[in-house]
Amino acid sequence: MAIDVRVPTILRSYTDGQKAVEATGDTIAELLTDLDAKYPGLLARLVTDDGALHRFVNVYVNDEDVRFLGALDAKLGDGDTVTILPAVAGGAVLGGAVAGGAAALS
Amino acid sequence: MLAIDAAILEAIVAHARRDHPDEACGVVAGPVGSDEPARHIPMENAARSMTFYEFDSHEYLRVWREMDDLDEEAVIIYHSHTATEAYPSRTDISFAGWPQSHYLLVSTREPEVTEVRSFRIVDGTVSEEQVRVVNATVDSMAVQSYMFGQSPATVDYECRA
Repeated sequence: MAIDVRVPTILRSYTDGQKAVEATGDTIAELLTDLDAKYPGLLARLVTDDGALHRFVNVYVNDEDVRFLGALDAKLGDGDTVTILPAVAGGAVLGGAVAGGAAALS
Repeated sequence: MLAIDAAILEAIVAHARRDHPDEACGVVAGPVGSDEPARHIPMENAARSMTFYEFDSHEYLRVWREMDDLDEEAVIIYHSHTATEAYPSRTDISFAGWPQSHYLLVSTREPEVTEVRSFRIVDGTVSEEQVRVVNATVDSMAVQSYMFGQSPATVDYECRA
């Protein structure tokens, strides 16, 4: 089934500047794999080498954050809309744990 | 350069002071492409921390959809540092995902003086920019207690009223 995917500005370099694209899949993982086939490089910006959703990105199915729906295993149905937003976070903490993250989305 | 209305800047600083010692965060929306911050939207810091902030993911989606419906974008994304300077930390730079937004930082470490600085953060590179306060009225001289990143001589007050 075709799922409408909303892409944030920072990732549109991968989608030929398109704000919304279509992809197919029964789960978020399948959807992102299909997206990556159409727009190579996108997957690595969203999923870590360990196969988990990146800390630097929020992914929603309709109104719900996929972190509450099983993350990459979140199920998709006909007519669902997936929205990708870069996480807005930060702060004064000196975080070695998140260093190098800018490259994750840019 | 960031041009910001004095009343909006005061509201941002008041938000930062109210949430001190936790970090405060929010956005100022404006018409797409205008570079004019017009609508202040204080956001919840889902981390409720003195050293970290994060937009609540549901509020974030709701606010961004609303901006989309109104043909707005996030002209400013702001947050406070409550014990350190108003300069992007490594964490801030790691997360900065809106290259077209002004990243406004407010430091509330000093009780009497609020440090306000603005940056662009693009591909992990930080560029500081001048902050110009517009529409400052004579009786809101509280603005003078703000310390900007540049020398005071470069802060240009423009009174349209």
